[in-house]
Amino acid sequence: MAEHKKEIDQVTGVETTGHEWDGLKELNHPLPKWWLYMFYGSIVWAVIYWILMPSWPLVNGYTKGLLDYSQRAVATRNFDVAVAERAETGKMLLEASLEEIQNTPELLEFAMTQGKVAFGDNCAACHGVGATGFEGYPNLQDDSWIWGGDLETLATTIAYGVRADNDETRYAEMPAFGRDELLEKEQIVQVANYVGSLADIPTQDGVDLEAGKVVYEENCVVCHMDNGKGDMETGTPNLTAPNYLYDRSVEGIMAQVNTPRHGVMPAWIERLGETTVKSLAVYVHSRGGGQ
Amino acid sequence: MSSQVEPIDKEEDEAWFASAAKVYPMQVKGRFRKIKWAILFISLGIYYFTPFIRWDRGPLLPDQAVLVDFERKRGYFFFLEIWPQEVYYLAGLLIIAAVGLFLMNAIAGRLWCGYLCPQTVWTDLFLRVESMIEGDRRKRITLDKQPWNAEKILKKGTKHFLWLMIAWWTGGAWVLYFADAPTLVYDLATGQAALSAYVWIGILTFTTYSLAGHLREQVCVYMCPWPRIQAALTDEHALNVTYRYDRGEPRGHLKENQKRVAAGQPAGDCIDCNQCVYACPTGVDIRKGAQLDCIQCGLCIDACDAIMTKVGKPAGLIAYDTDINIERREKGEAPVYRLVRPRTVIYFAIIAMIAGVMLYVQLNRSMTSFSVVHDRNPLYVHQSNGSFRNGYSLRLLNKHNKEQSFTLSVEDMPAGTTLEVVGVHKDAVSVSNDTQLTLTVEADTTRSVRALVFSPEGVALPASKPMRFKLVDSDTGEITIVPDFFRTPGN
Repeated sequence: MAEHKKEIDQVTGVETTGHEWDGLKELNHPLPKWWLYMFYGSIVWAVIYWILMPSWPLVNGYTKGLLDYSQRAVATRNFDVAVAERAETGKMLLEASLEEIQNTPELLEFAMTQGKVAFGDNCAACHGVGATGFEGYPNLQDDSWIWGGDLETLATTIAYGVRADNDETRYAEMPAFGRDELLEKEQIVQVANYVGSLADIPTQDGVDLEAGKVVYEENCVVCHMDNGKGDMETGTPNLTAPNYLYDRSVEGIMAQVNTPRHGVMPAWIERLGETTVKSLAVYVHSRGGGQ
Repeated sequence: MSSQVEPIDKEEDEAWFASAAKVYPMQVKGRFRKIKWAILFISLGIYYFTPFIRWDRGPLLPDQAVLVDFERKRGYFFFLEIWPQEVYYLAGLLIIAAVGLFLMNAIAGRLWCGYLCPQTVWTDLFLRVESMIEGDRRKRITLDKQPWNAEKILKKGTKHFLWLMIAWWTGGAWVLYFADAPTLVYDLATGQAALSAYVWIGILTFTTYSLAGHLREQVCVYMCPWPRIQAALTDEHALNVTYRYDRGEPRGHLKENQKRVAAGQPAGDCIDCNQCVYACPTGVDIRKGAQLDCIQCGLCIDACDAIMTKVGKPAGLIAYDTDINIERREKGEAPVYRLVRPRTVIYFAIIAMIAGVMLYVQLNRSMTSFSVVHDRNPLYVHQSNGSFRNGYSLRLLNKHNKEQSFTLSVEDMPAGTTLEVVGVHKDAVSVSNDTQLTLTVEADTTRSVRALVFSPEGVALPASKPMRFKLVDSDTGEITIVPDFFRTPGN
């Protein structure tokens, strides 16, 4: 810039910058010093930041900076720390029996919290957020169980699943009496109405219930027992329960006798680990239907 | 270049922007100076040493009298223990503080600004340090003007060092309110304290040093909202630091005024010595009347009284007074002082009311608390025997410093109703009937449990049956009842 003498504008009494356009001169109002120094300071800061922190994008990758900082690494580390902390309390859960967990307030609180989250993440998709189930997916709130609702049984069911791809899985299968022509169509109608009468389900008019009883005793009683109460040892459903897994009507029973449906529950032990399975068992038990 | 244009900035116009001129307040002696020293020592003493006061609360709780414990989510204030949900006490205190400020203002103007505001107190302290090192007003002006030499470097260096030490101690005392003070002092000294402690000390050192050392009156004049609000709240009966112009004017130098008197001309008491301006920490001329920059600290009163005494005139040319009294004196009427007027009475009533409510709430503060939340999904469960079950989340809160046991039961349910709490077995406790359980809650904690209520078999219930949970404190017999509902599908 050319040297210029300090020129004072007569009108305002302010120094000019010496720049002139068509007779108009620019007054010199410098930036406030505090602002200027902060501006210089931020330039210096930016340079330091470039050197220390990851900043400039390159064609392949970016400048890493001397501090080798990475948000991803921090997040991974925090995650590992959280998992390690959880394992610490989880160890107590691992060593305690399910009964002990339920009777020790600190363990119960941990198991309930972990169980609630794990249930929401893994179980709620089929069993519902409130654990009330859907058609074909058992209701875990009520007190009728297929495989049993005490703590140990729940833990086993959760760990190994039902008809799952696991050597220890629970397995039960009902023959397809209609599809495989083990029973006549009329016999199916009779037995379905008989079962309906056991469970207080409205039956169809003019059906011979006595004949149905005979069919029941010849074909069903082995698994579903005398009174239709089923057997949790073998995973045979209670036919007198207020809730059915499938349609609770005579038509529904007929459909099931004709071609039974068999739902599958995955084995969770390998995916979730023993601690979480235990927490889930305690959580499901605490819904209120636990035995 | 010649100009025919009228200058915009005429002399009589106020400039839109002016750099703040540095103020060199003169040290004065007198009544108000003494009051200010006393308040400074008391308030800073409270601030710096309160964290070291001990208060025995038993073996489990901290023994620091004033402690805000973020980690355990508790606030301790002497005999008070505040849980996070009781932070409305703070709201009450803030309302009292705000109305208290209004009341002070209605009685005697900016008492807060002049004597109590931390900005004033710390600035006063920093100014005192400055005048001890660099000398009083005149010497400081000279020092600032003289070129840098060993003496100037030494004096300025010492001053800034002492300022930083005070600022650092201010920050150091602040963090002590948030952790056990003696332990934290040791940890800070040995470099083991939490990073946040050092960061906060740093922040408060910086703010104290810059606000009390460098910005001083600029905080009051440019940054603080209170002068603006205060100007709108004041009235003609509020005592303010006032130059009694009825007595002072026409002002003139001592000899000049003596000549005027001799010539039979009017002459005021003000000898235009400017001591009031030199003493002012914000650099205003009180003789211009009440103004935004004036924090009403009363130091000009001390300065003026000293001069008036010297020239043999009565003190009080500048004094706490009201405009209305000046007018009355000019008319020859007696001055009036009205402390009790609607404004002060209403402010006082508001303060008394809020303080009363807070006191009532505090005296009736429950040491235990109990809440019930009904399950939302599912609302009820149909049991295989035909009965119904409802689930509830219960939260018990024990503010006692020892384990408390409670008896839980349900009321207003048909006979045969049973109550279960997950993890609490009936055989483990003494119960007189099926619907009663004993729960224990550890000292100073909350406990959440899941309760299940089973309706009796074969009893028809409406869709929503009002019922109640009853919690009895086994020690004190205190009964807490929480109403809720028992849900069924209805008829």
